[in-house]
This record gives sequence, C-alpha cells and structure tokens, in this order.
Amino acid sequence: MPDAPLLEVKAIDAFYGDFQALFGVSLAVEARQVVAVIGANGAGKSTLLKSIGGLMHPHSGEILFAGSPIAQMAAFDVLHRGVALVPEGRRLFPSLTVEENLLIGGQSRRPGPWTLGRVYELFPMLAERRDLPALALSGGQQQMAAIARALMANPQLLLCDEISLGLAPVVVRDIYARMPQIVAEGASLIIVEQDIVQALRAANHVYCLQEGRVALQGSARELTREAISAAYFGV
Amino acid sequence: MPWLNIILQGVLIGGLYAMFAAGLSLIFGVMRLVNIAHGDLIVLAAYIALMVTQALDVSPLTSLLLVVPVMAVIGYTLQRGLLNRTLGDDLLPPLLVTFGLSIIIQNGLLELFTADSRKLQAGAIEVQTFQLMQGVWIGILPLIQFVVAIGVIAGLETLFYRTALGRAFRATSDDQSVAQLVGLDTRHVFALAMALSLAVVAIAGVFLAVRANFDPAIGPARLIFGFEAVVIGGLGSMWGTLVGGIVLGVAQAIGAQIDPGWQLLAGHIVFLAILAVRPQGLFPKVSG
Repeated sequence: MPDAPLLEVKAIDAFYGDFQALFGVSLAVEARQVVAVIGANGAGKSTLLKSIGGLMHPHSGEILFAGSPIAQMAAFDVLHRGVALVPEGRRLFPSLTVEENLLIGGQSRRPGPWTLGRVYELFPMLAERRDLPALALSGGQQQMAAIARALMANPQLLLCDEISLGLAPVVVRDIYARMPQIVAEGASLIIVEQDIVQALRAANHVYCLQEGRVALQGSARELTREAISAAYFGV
Repeated sequence: MPWLNIILQGVLIGGLYAMFAAGLSLIFGVMRLVNIAHGDLIVLAAYIALMVTQALDVSPLTSLLLVVPVMAVIGYTLQRGLLNRTLGDDLLPPLLVTFGLSIIIQNGLLELFTADSRKLQAGAIEVQTFQLMQGVWIGILPLIQFVVAIGVIAGLETLFYRTALGRAFRATSDDQSVAQLVGLDTRHVFALAMALSLAVVAIAGVFLAVRANFDPAIGPARLIFGFEAVVIGGLGSMWGTLVGGIVLGVAQAIGAQIDPGWQLLAGHIVFLAILAVRPQGLFPKVSG
C-alpha cells in the first residue's frame, strides 16, 4: 500500500465574510515534492496557503498533515507540526535585525538540518548583513531572509506565497536556484506563483486555480502550454 | 544650595514616576493597549504589600519577594482571561474594559480596606540621610528607590534587546499574524508582557506605599504621572521613560518650592509644554 501523502487538502471551502474564495479545493503533496499553485489574481491561491498555514480556517473540508487534521489549528500550532509559511510581501519584523528575524524563526524549532550556520550557507549575503535592521535589505534579500526565517523552524512542508512579487527576474532566478537544496534536505514545497514559467520550472506537480476552483492539475512536464493558458485565463 | 537640593529630590522621585511609567509603556508598546487601570493596579500592589507585611511581620522591601510574583500572576491571568478578548483593530474595547477594571479595583479596595489612609512602615531607613555636600542631604530610601528604578529600566532594556523573550515581544508588536507564523502564541506573549508589567507595578506600588499615604482613590493620579513620564520621555524608549520621570519629578519639586499648591500644576505645565513643542517626546524610538 503506498504511503499517504504528506499533505492532503480535501474539498475545502473558505470564506471572507460572505464572499466564498475557495470551492471544494483538493490538493495533495508527497514527501520531497514541489507543488506549484498558479492562477490569476483573486483565484484563491493565497487563501489556500493561508488555510493550510493556519492563518484562516476553512468553513468545510479537511486538511491532513502527516495524517493529522490541522484545518482548525492556530498558525503557531501548525508551525509546531512542521508546516511553515513564507508570507506574501516578505513581512520581516522591522524592529528586529536580520539575524534576530532568523533566530525568532528558530525559536520553536523542530529537530532538523537547518541551523543559523546552514541558512547563512544557503544565503551568504544574509550573513554579511546579519546586524542590519531587516528593512535595510533589498527586496530580494528580504525574500531570502523570509525563506531563511521559515527554514529555521525545520519545516517538513514549506509554503511560499508569491516569492517573485516585485522582484527583478535575475533575483527571482537566484532565489529559485536555492530551492533544490531545500528539497534535498527533506522538505516539500508548495509554491504559489504568478510567474508561471518560474513555477513550472521548479515544480513536479502543478495545480491551476480559477475563481476558487481547481481548473487543472497534473505533472509539470506533461501539462501543455495551451492547457495551462486555458485554465489560467478561463478561455 | 537649596535649589540643588530641591532638584536632587525631584530627580530621586523621578525614579518612582519612571517605574509607574515603565509598565504602562511596555504594555502599550507590545500590544497597543492603554491600560486605564494601571494606577489602580499600583494601589492594589500597595494593599497586597500591606497585607503581606502585617501577616508575615516583614519589612516592605522584603514583602517584594511575595508581592512581585503575586502581581505577575494576577497580570498573566488578567490578560489571558479578560484583556486578550478585547484586543483587535479597535482601540476602544480595551480602553473601556480597563476603565471598568479601574472602577472595580477602586471599589473593591474601598469595600475591603475602607477609605482610610494607610502607609507601609519601613522603620529607621525612612528617615536616614547622608550629606552629599554642604547643605545637600540625600535620603537613603529615596536613593534606594532611584537605584532600583535604574535597575528596573536597565533590566527591561536588557530583556527587550538581549533575550529571546524580548525578541518575541518586539516581533509580536511588529506583526501579530506573522508572529504566529514563526510559532509564537501571541495570547501567551501578551500575557507574559502583562505579567512583567505588573511585576514592575508591584515594585512601584511598594515604594509608593513606603513614601507616602495611600488610599483606594489615588490610582488615577498615579496613572496620570505614568502617562506624563511616558509622553515626556518618548514612546517606546525605556531610558526615555526614566528621563521623563525625572523631568516630571524635578518640575514638581521646583513648583512646590515656589508655592506648595503648585507642585502638581508645575508637572502638568511642563508636560503640556513638551507635548506642544516636541510631541514625539524627548527620546522617541525611531522605528524601522
């Protein structure tokens, strides 16, 4: 019998007040798999990540992580279980230095490969700027710091929300170049992206959301450009 | 020399005002909660110290060993059980609830202890002095109070900027939802901040009760002194709070020297002058 997936999202509905943002969305992530969630603005990608990360709770449906239900847990409990979220817009703590941001990421760390030394090896430019206030970093460096902060908790599953937002393509490529190393250390990834090319290059499996529903899913290699365009734009 | 003496006494009382202010500043800094009951909690600490000194026959300073942890537990419980429920985008609910709490504490104390004035007796140390120079005398107790205030401020500063708990306070203050994402239970962090605030309140309450008479109704005036010291010093800066307390203490001492009726008025006038000229306070924390 095959192992159960690391993460199973089963038919969740999510609301902002009366507005329904997700309609019966299901998704599965295997161990050491990179899953991309793509879709236009307002398709429900960030809502899906927030639901998995514990920042909002689905109205119905189930979210199982390593076999345990996490849908109604608070975000800090979800993190303790091994799911870390890199939020959209980086959102480093402004009154903390770069290193303090990383240390607080590791404050409730699980055992695992990522230490302060190891995240500095992954992002050496952070080590050089460790004593600077977090917001003194450039946008790309802030994104690296946000990923490093999440890694410090040694998550089994890392959720990345819009990594490429507002960054130059060369910086985005630089960040994505580190992703294989994160997976090699044992983490699975869910990448929410509007940069489809980057997402398809990084992912094993792709889900395309459209107006809160899964419009298309499949192996990143097998999906055709036409099928993705049709699902993405709803044409 | 009389003026030097007066200014020095003002500086020493400023340490007490800084302790009134430190807990207030800490709570506002961490969770944007303006605690209207802060002054009444100082008076509550004074009454708890009164009970401890009477029941165990110990000196007020020794009673701190019990009063500080008791107030910290009250702070943690109050935050977890009540005040966390009032926090959100709207600043009004915590204001109203702590205002209500202030009334409850005042009336509870009135019921239990009557309106009679009380004072903690610290013995001979209360009147001991030493001569600093010709015509300038320093009281031992005010000096102890000032040194303790500096210790409290230095301790809070170290805790805020050198410890994991301080990091958690600053991170939670910056962004509550991301604080949860890095594994912090913000309800617990807020409760720890309130526990710490009331631990400082306990020290302030005991020194207040040794220095002067107290009764259940004096809390709101201590709250005003605390607010004024915070605003004069600049929000978010612990050392600024100490300076704020000293400025207030010196202004009151000079006012009292000119005319005994001017003591409080002089403090308020200096506060208003600084608010008008430099509304951000003398040492505002520059946020990133």
